[in-house]
Amino acid sequence: MDTSATQAVIRFGLGQRGAEPLPANPQAWLSAQLTGPDPAQFAPTLPTVADGLILLHEQNKLHLPPGSSLVQPVLQEDMAAQAAELLTTAAPFRERLVWFWANHFTVSIRQSGTGAVVGPYVREAIRPNVTGPFFAMLLAVMRHPAMILYLENDASVGPNSPVGLRDHLGLNENLARECLELHTLSPAAGYSQQDVTEFAKILTGWTIDLKAAQPGFRFLEEAHEPGEKTLLGQTFPPGEVGGLMALDFLASHPATHRHLARQIAAHFVADDPAPDAVAAVEGALRDTRGNLGAAAGALITLPASWTPLTKFRTPMDYAVAALRLLDLPEDQRPPLPHVMAGLGQPLWNAPLPNGWSDQASDWAAPDAMMRRIDWSYGIAGHLGAQDPMVLADAALGPLLRPATTDQMRHAGSRRDALTLLFSSPEFQRR
Amino acid sequence: MQITRRSALLGLTAAWTLGRSSLAFAAAPTDRRLVVVILRGALDGMAAVVPYGDPNLAAWRQPLIPRAPGMPGGMYDLGGFYGLHPALSGLHEMYAAGEMLPVHAVAGSYRSRSHFDAQDFLESGADQRLTSGWLNRVVSALPASGAAAGEALAVGVSVPLLLRGPAEVGSWAPEGYQAPPAELYARIADLNHADPLTGPLIAEGLSERGFAHGVFGMGAPHGNSLAMLAGAAGRMLAADNGPRIVALEAGGWDTHAAQSQRLTPPLRALDEGLVALKQGLGPQWRKTAVLVMTEFGRTARMNGSFGTDHGTATVAFVLGGAVAGGRVAGTWPGLGATKLFENRDLAPTTDLRAVARGVLVQHLGLSGAGLDSVFPGAGGIAPLGGLIRPA
Repeated sequence: MDTSATQAVIRFGLGQRGAEPLPANPQAWLSAQLTGPDPAQFAPTLPTVADGLILLHEQNKLHLPPGSSLVQPVLQEDMAAQAAELLTTAAPFRERLVWFWANHFTVSIRQSGTGAVVGPYVREAIRPNVTGPFFAMLLAVMRHPAMILYLENDASVGPNSPVGLRDHLGLNENLARECLELHTLSPAAGYSQQDVTEFAKILTGWTIDLKAAQPGFRFLEEAHEPGEKTLLGQTFPPGEVGGLMALDFLASHPATHRHLARQIAAHFVADDPAPDAVAAVEGALRDTRGNLGAAAGALITLPASWTPLTKFRTPMDYAVAALRLLDLPEDQRPPLPHVMAGLGQPLWNAPLPNGWSDQASDWAAPDAMMRRIDWSYGIAGHLGAQDPMVLADAALGPLLRPATTDQMRHAGSRRDALTLLFSSPEFQRR
Repeated sequence: MQITRRSALLGLTAAWTLGRSSLAFAAAPTDRRLVVVILRGALDGMAAVVPYGDPNLAAWRQPLIPRAPGMPGGMYDLGGFYGLHPALSGLHEMYAAGEMLPVHAVAGSYRSRSHFDAQDFLESGADQRLTSGWLNRVVSALPASGAAAGEALAVGVSVPLLLRGPAEVGSWAPEGYQAPPAELYARIADLNHADPLTGPLIAEGLSERGFAHGVFGMGAPHGNSLAMLAGAAGRMLAADNGPRIVALEAGGWDTHAAQSQRLTPPLRALDEGLVALKQGLGPQWRKTAVLVMTEFGRTARMNGSFGTDHGTATVAFVLGGAVAGGRVAGTWPGLGATKLFENRDLAPTTDLRAVARGVLVQHLGLSGAGLDSVFPGAGGIAPLGGLIRPA
């Protein structure tokens, strides 16, 4: 039984859209998305990071009453645009990589101020870099005002810098710590608190200029801790260049490659991926000095990637897959961010900097399952005259179990039949 | 979510649980009110209107027959041969008042026993799948008049095919999640029970919601959404500038197992819904006709799990203040082995389109080309007479 076409669409993609034909050559279909351009098109009215910062600056000056916001409408528009891309993209593998890396480098709107810039962050720092060098993405992220705001590096000042001495300010280690722990090395590299502190010093002065005509990242020399710093035995010179060198060092560190490889494999292949699967992705990163397109390319050639239905869909995966399958006209689509919130995974709202889990154990709860079922019953009411059996075949093809088709055939209505599909064990997985 | 002024006035803006019911509206140039209720899943007509006088009934399905009329909790007698299911007390009151008319042994033209196809044909009103429904074509076919036609409004997650088409209907979708009915939960639990991850979660989730294991058929722990929607529909229909045509749908009729237990909740919900519709309409009830129909009937024989499988003929109800009720219409084909359709089903003796055409002719005054446009290809089917009281 050849399950590879279905597998390509649900494992590496976002689920089948409508009754579109399956890719004839799954490997080639995936590879083309890694080498081709990002087809995402966003409205020119969506904000850049400069627009977002201007808005944020205005809002901060206005002392608005509770409940009113300049940022909120822009955030809503951004959310809707990015969510629509999930539902309609013709390059779903590439889109999934965007969301994987955006989650790896989480910026959450739970931290105040980030709402104005999180949409631009994904478009500017993540999206252009998903098939390029990891260093390029890391640098774009670390210099992006969204990340600087989220992990408060704008509040980190070298104690011996002119600003530090004048205002008695000091380090904020947040960005440095999360960069080492989550974004690059991981604790497996065995770094120390001293390394965190040194890296925080390296990153002092990496801040935001809110008052410029085009506000954005700025290296503020007067806030930068003077002198050489030592991170994991390596010495880095003072100034912005020290930070660039440190990020390059971290991006190409073997521990970083191992950490990224494990995360990629755990996201796409299995909650607890086999060591050889991790090793294959790690090898691709090592051999290309951290090329993310090469890592994704290695991923799709792993035999383990083609074992069906090993991953439990997160609420976002689940909602996206169901809505792509239904493929409703734009004016009839429920707002995806609203749906995601209802299912327990609100968009850009991860509780912590480690982002949303993709492990089954973190999502498998009785109430969460019931919410999926109830939502699917609601959305199945939009089916109209489409044949649910055709959609079931499109969604899962050879992975559809006879028990599910049997129950669907005996359903009392199209809506019931589609609810059964959406509530089947196989549709809960990818 | 679009909230119209009218839905706001009627207090329909709150989040609620819709269950598996929905309703849709259209305006029309008439003073008469027409409501069509689709029962999705194939109602067993012989459970709703029991031909207890047929000597063969007990042989096919003794355990499914409610207690005899006159017994405690027994059927309501409809004239010595038929008995109305005990859950249908409101309908029985209407029957006694001459406002309720069951038509037995009806079926559309479709014979293959697939829900999806049968519902399509039931709603499109043709022998093939159309993109519009016959009730929408009724709106177009009504002769234009000076009568006020209110703004059209659909309530529910979607407009059923029955009311889709060129004549405009608005839409309004309720916020919040809609819980599936108990019987669908049961199927979902069944579908997942062997799965090591989802099986236990769903079992526990249902348990936390108050569903005891194995008794899904005993009724869901949420309210009667049909009654709420039907009551609202009645109030909208009653308004001078309100809609005139309503489509309502209600599910839960696909009773393959434990039919006696599983059929009581939806029958009671339907009964309460129709009573709420009447109450909502108030004095306008006298200008109203309601057609209750389902896609097909069920087997005459009970199956091995105390249910019935997909069959052919069933019952339809015509009711309302405008209806000439108080009797059971239709021709009873008999349940002798040689009388059954394909040796399994109640045989159809009245075409469902004849019932619908009868309502359209006598209640809305449709005739000629207008009437023919509603049910393409049904021109040879004579409208069933005597459904509506002379005005």
